[in-house]
Amino acid sequence: MSATASTAQPSLFAKLWYDKNNRSIVVQILATIVLIWFFGSMVLNAVINLEAQGRGFSFAFLEQPASYDINQHLIPYSSRSSHLQAMWVGIINTLLVAVAGIILSTILGFTLGVLRLSKNWLVNKLAYVYIEYVRNVPVLLHILLIHGIIVHSLPRTKEAWNLLSDTAFISNRGLFMPSPEFLPMFKFVLAAFIGAIVFAWLFRRFARSLQARTGTQLPVFWVSVLAIIGLPVIAFIATGHPINWEYPTLKGFNFQGGAVIRPEFLALWLALSLYTAAFIAENVRAGILAIDHGQTEASMALGLPRNRTLNLVVIPQALRVIVPPLSSQYLNLAKNSSLAIAIGYMDVTATIGGISLNQTGRAMECMILVMAIYLIISLTISGIMNYYNKRIALVER
Amino acid sequence: MKKTLLAATVALTAMATTAQADTLEDVKARGELNCVVTTGLVGFAAPDADGQWQGFDVDFCRAVAAAVLGDGSKVKFIPSTGKTRFTLLSSGEGDILFRNTTETMSRDADLKLSFLPVNYYDGQGFMVPKALGVSSAKDLDGASICIQTGTTTELNLADYFRTNGISYEPVPIETNEEARPNYLAGRCDVYTTDASGLAATRAAFENPDEHMVLPEIISKEPLAGAVRHGDDLWFDIAKWTVLALIAAEEMGITSENVEEMGAAAGDNPNVNRLLGLEGDFGAMIGLDKQWAMRAIAAGGNYGEIFDKNIGPETALGIERGLNAQWSDGGILYAAPIR
Repeated sequence: MSATASTAQPSLFAKLWYDKNNRSIVVQILATIVLIWFFGSMVLNAVINLEAQGRGFSFAFLEQPASYDINQHLIPYSSRSSHLQAMWVGIINTLLVAVAGIILSTILGFTLGVLRLSKNWLVNKLAYVYIEYVRNVPVLLHILLIHGIIVHSLPRTKEAWNLLSDTAFISNRGLFMPSPEFLPMFKFVLAAFIGAIVFAWLFRRFARSLQARTGTQLPVFWVSVLAIIGLPVIAFIATGHPINWEYPTLKGFNFQGGAVIRPEFLALWLALSLYTAAFIAENVRAGILAIDHGQTEASMALGLPRNRTLNLVVIPQALRVIVPPLSSQYLNLAKNSSLAIAIGYMDVTATIGGISLNQTGRAMECMILVMAIYLIISLTISGIMNYYNKRIALVER
Repeated sequence: MKKTLLAATVALTAMATTAQADTLEDVKARGELNCVVTTGLVGFAAPDADGQWQGFDVDFCRAVAAAVLGDGSKVKFIPSTGKTRFTLLSSGEGDILFRNTTETMSRDADLKLSFLPVNYYDGQGFMVPKALGVSSAKDLDGASICIQTGTTTELNLADYFRTNGISYEPVPIETNEEARPNYLAGRCDVYTTDASGLAATRAAFENPDEHMVLPEIISKEPLAGAVRHGDDLWFDIAKWTVLALIAAEEMGITSENVEEMGAAAGDNPNVNRLLGLEGDFGAMIGLDKQWAMRAIAAGGNYGEIFDKNIGPETALGIERGLNAQWSDGGILYAAPIR
């Protein structure tokens, strides 16, 4: 240090601002404070406004009777049940359509994605046109369109189409099917089913170790399918058909008895599945195209047959590309299910976030609940998909 | 720490954009009345072929605007669904609500609304296609019923079927316009809402004669306008405007003769007080002497508004019934202006 250099200490400001490391910390702290202030002020503002209107923040209304009816409830519910119970009915309806939608959209999406890669010009182009049409039209319009088609083009109740000689009917009020009533003996069928699954799992382990030791391959897939379907069927016949079917019959205005899939569920389920499938198809196509053709050639050169090449070489690698965007498609599907309100499907947005909100006027409380519910559903889906993604990730040695 | 919190609270309170302020001043400053109405119910509030809002509720909005601003056309109509109406009002987006809304205790006390005098006594009814051969609501066991969600009718329906021990399948729909295709396509057997709404919906059908309204009225639905709690002056303005229209019919003051009757004091002190020729009743509610005159001139008195929009001569064809003046066997009864 030279003698002419200033001996004055740099100011605190200079210390914090002109040092690169300190500065970045300061900026981050400032940004955090601004963020906290912003969200804090919004919450505080809402609370102050509610107080000013003389309406405290309270969830006590959840215990009150809901007083409205819900057509589709998978758990006991009547108009005397509480708003809380109505919320559960809504959550289950949301989960039902989300899970059913995820299953159907995955099957459709993978099929379409593969068709899109077909060498057959017509198949390829048809898949292309379908995907481009579906994913470029808002999903709400698909929902309304399918609901409109069901309600306007299917026959009225009195002229319902009779399927399978008086056991099932289809009309613009839905698909009416026989509903099962399980007799006590049915537990043996259930036991056979669980036993078959355990057997299949053990058999798979055995087959693997056998292959590792001797190289002999066993038909694991077919044995498992046979066991899982066959054993319960045998048990079913042996215990003397322990299911009573209740058939729907036309009485008065509607079909009574049996089970019904309502047009609202059908429209929402199909629309969400068809829409999401178009996106999944593109993910699948991208995933498959991402695998270098050399991989296939190398695999073939080693003498693996085509299906084994696909199962052991191409698909495991393609999945690594497909799964992360697939998760976000599943999340989209689950969240898009909130459009149910447009056609009167009683999901969680329509029950606690719709009717309960409106009848009690507790907008803030209801919306917070609905947001928390969607958050939990989405985080669960993400969690599962992240776990699956880790399972299939490239294991580097 | 305490001080910062206090400062923050003060700052935020200032930021908070609630409409706790003086609604009358706000409306005057804006030069326009924001009136919350339905998204479209023929006869009550719906835009006509030229895009002009017309209807029973609309005329009440115009009367208030005329009383306050001197011009019945200075109204901005805010269409609302059954679900959004109260939020629109309490958030301050609307100054007043005329949306065939049933007055109930919880809406008054819990949602913090002040209901104006009832301007239409309604009740919930059922509409069915004549082809069904139903003559009473008690015959509706097992029927599918289209119902607007988020309305009191939804609750009445649940209660009615429960107390009568009969079952039904609710088919929830969002707006009156969506009910129509679902009902006509047979998704539901029955459409239920206020009897006035049924008449309006039926009138808009291609073949209204193929449908009938069942005799049962299962609820009391006193339809009334509403304002927010906490602004008593604004409440008084709206309340007395509605009462002035009812009183005007009773006194025989119409949109046609109001100019003439208001020109000079006559023999009837009631008329003189209403039209600002005696006393200064306008000043009591922050307006001038001619407030009621303008309100009546805007769309006519109660009877004129009724007849023009929903009366027997219109497509809706609703009789006065309960909505006649108390002196004619109805229950409309305006408190005296004195």
